[in-house]
Amino acid sequence: MRITFPRLPPLIGVVDYRAGNAPSVMFALARLGLDATLVSTAEDLVAVDRVILPGVGAAAATVGSLEDSRLVPALRTRVLDDAIPFLGICIGLQVIFERSEEGPAQCLGWVPGIVRRFPATDRVPQIGWNRVAVTRPHPLTSGWPVDPYCYFVNSYYAVPSDPHAALATTDYSTTFCSMVAVGNVAATQFHAEKSGEVGLSLLANFATWGGGEC
Amino acid sequence: MLTKRLIACFDVIDGRVTKAQQFQDNIDVAPAAALAQRLYADQIDEIVFYDITASSERRQIDLDTVREVAEHVFVPFTVGGGIRDLDDMFLVLKAGAEKISIDSMAVRNPDIIRAGAEAFGNQCIVLSTQVKRVGVSPDLPSGYEVFIDGARTATGLDAIEWVKRGADLGAGEIVVNSIDCDGTAAGYDLGITRSVVDAVTVPVIASGGAGTIDHIAEGLTGGGASAAIISSILYSPRLERNLGVAELKAGLADRGVHMRPWIQPA
Repeated sequence: MRITFPRLPPLIGVVDYRAGNAPSVMFALARLGLDATLVSTAEDLVAVDRVILPGVGAAAATVGSLEDSRLVPALRTRVLDDAIPFLGICIGLQVIFERSEEGPAQCLGWVPGIVRRFPATDRVPQIGWNRVAVTRPHPLTSGWPVDPYCYFVNSYYAVPSDPHAALATTDYSTTFCSMVAVGNVAATQFHAEKSGEVGLSLLANFATWGGGEC
Repeated sequence: MLTKRLIACFDVIDGRVTKAQQFQDNIDVAPAAALAQRLYADQIDEIVFYDITASSERRQIDLDTVREVAEHVFVPFTVGGGIRDLDDMFLVLKAGAEKISIDSMAVRNPDIIRAGAEAFGNQCIVLSTQVKRVGVSPDLPSGYEVFIDGARTATGLDAIEWVKRGADLGAGEIVVNSIDCDGTAAGYDLGITRSVVDAVTVPVIASGGAGTIDHIAEGLTGGGASAAIISSILYSPRLERNLGVAELKAGLADRGVHMRPWIQPA
């Protein structure tokens, strides 16, 4: 006699939309041996118990894509009501705020604050490796070297209304919020999936993160 | 503070990295995926991959090799060669690249820069240029002309006019590839690199000619580039001795260039 068990839900959902770079994130999770699945519909979101919102490109286009696939209310339910761990990456950090100077579209508004364009004192976009100064101990940065370098590509940066929402800061023209952590909602302005071993360790930490502070 | 970047360049033919000299006489180096793994482990900052025969053979870029490299590289990965339209860009991004390099096709159809930047963001579109010193003339006030098709076809475009237009159309980075210096290991063309840096506000990448640590340092300081494309110095069989990323970064740090530090593996 064979007993078949129902398949466990995949652990990490990676939101897939046209302007995203979900493949890079999937390759990084595969390298870490983590179970992940692409999420492109509201139904897909029900089956995962944590979610990554990767992103490249423009905030307005990203929010538009999420609205087109009717993912906005589903993400809100899973992340804000069910409190599953959430990790936004790059544009995935910017869209969790209320609005962006980049476009007229409203962002998701999960975290109070706005997204501003870098002043023209340095080359925009910022492209390259920059130092991430972590402001407090947090499970997501467990095992990190002190203030490591991570890979950034951004013309805009988030300004959280509550400074404690920033888990890390980085200097480029100004000192800006390069990581966000508010309860179960976390995000990195840098590309964790493209920041070498430091970025991979953050993704590995996310896979076991309970959604709180230390 | 933002660091300068070292970018390893792969000129790929049939899934293998090759090394050319002034865009000719490619000799075989290694399978692309294996070399990518080695360089990622050695902490290279970024990798750029050119499918150098896709355009002339009028075929789609080698997506299988792109994917094989992407699976092993957790630093930024740019892909170019034979990209004709938004659908091609979409396929390359889905194969795991995060930046698209366009060159000859952008000269033929500049609107592809705007369309790509609109669809995927400025940061996604890297305008790569092949420039050659031709002497100042009324039509070529910078003294540098843009070439395409592996440096074989002159376009009549002035290098500085072209990069300004490319940046205006939405390119997020500009690669200045000197045809005169390519594969010579005699140093970047610092003059044109500096002129491009001064002409645009997006990051500029020096390419073609780095043979020593001094050359790379000059490109990133005097040349003003944000990043340096290297290949010969890392793996050209034509050089007596190749250098690893650790050695390059230590040498650049000694010369006052701010780099992401190389970390001794645990």
